[in-house]
Amino acid sequence: MVSILKRGLAIITILIIGYWLAQALAGIPFGQDKMLVGQYYLDHVKQQTGAINAVTAVVVNYRGFDTLGEVTVLFIASTGVGALLWERKKRRTAKTEGSIVLTTGTRLLVPFVILFGAYIFIHGHLTPGGGFPGGATIATAFLLLYMAFTMYEIPHKAFEKTEGLVGMGYVIVGLIGLAIGGYFLFDWIWQTWGWGHENIGRLFSGGFIPIIYIIIGLKVGTELSGIIDNMLKEGVSE
Amino acid sequence: MNCITCIDYIIVAVMIVSAILAVEWRDLLAAAVGMAAVSLFASILFLILQAPDVAMTEAAIGAALSGAIFIFAIKRTKRFETEEEERPGWWVRW
Repeated sequence: MVSILKRGLAIITILIIGYWLAQALAGIPFGQDKMLVGQYYLDHVKQQTGAINAVTAVVVNYRGFDTLGEVTVLFIASTGVGALLWERKKRRTAKTEGSIVLTTGTRLLVPFVILFGAYIFIHGHLTPGGGFPGGATIATAFLLLYMAFTMYEIPHKAFEKTEGLVGMGYVIVGLIGLAIGGYFLFDWIWQTWGWGHENIGRLFSGGFIPIIYIIIGLKVGTELSGIIDNMLKEGVSE
Repeated sequence: MNCITCIDYIIVAVMIVSAILAVEWRDLLAAAVGMAAVSLFASILFLILQAPDVAMTEAAIGAALSGAIFIFAIKRTKRFETEEEERPGWWVRW
């Protein structure tokens, strides 16, 4: 009886909160141009950043510091997985190889999946995509390798070094901007050096957006592969 | 009826159904697949709504990577929910 009462109370509370949220959302004019800042970005994105993909220009150039925070969040998540699943000795314990479809398909597809991931993050300022989808695509290639072969492991030393170096690289790019332009993550390649002004829409344009997206892509790819590696391996007791 | 627009409704309906199934299924492996299906259909919906950036991230992370990581976690723990874990949360018991 009491539980029915409590449940009814909970349902009534949820209905009241839902009504308030619906009332608040009904006041927002969806699909209309009420935001001035979006139009400002669309008008000025080409001459201020050199990227034709306005989304990546906002993510990396105008809001670059937020993206640094996002990368940091991913790094903390990867560190947390590594710390929670830490064992003195870890080994792959899978016993059966993947089926012939999986192994042959993996052998054929892995280079192309990695190439496609690299394409996504190198061309982040031109086509949809960027560092996060590109890095995740590269991590799915390593996931395929882990699922197909029982003995496969990622090259740990190289991956950890790459991860640390590109993580530092992001901050160094920002600090060079601080030294040249006066604020953190200032786009020194586009604004000060003026490289690539004549070929907007080709690969060598967009200021430091391609550099930062290569950094983010490598970092996301190595970190997600590390998470997969940590989840798959089991500790062995001596 | 123009069936380009009704594809949206079909996808949203499938998403809702697979989300409810992901919560309700006792078999955690099937629940993980249901959760990956929600992400997959969400990425198709993002593509229809002309957000290819988000669609690619959702397909790679939501459907592939997080589904795989859930399955690895299920492999190392238990596959089925048992009855005594099915108590209401603290917000109901208080």
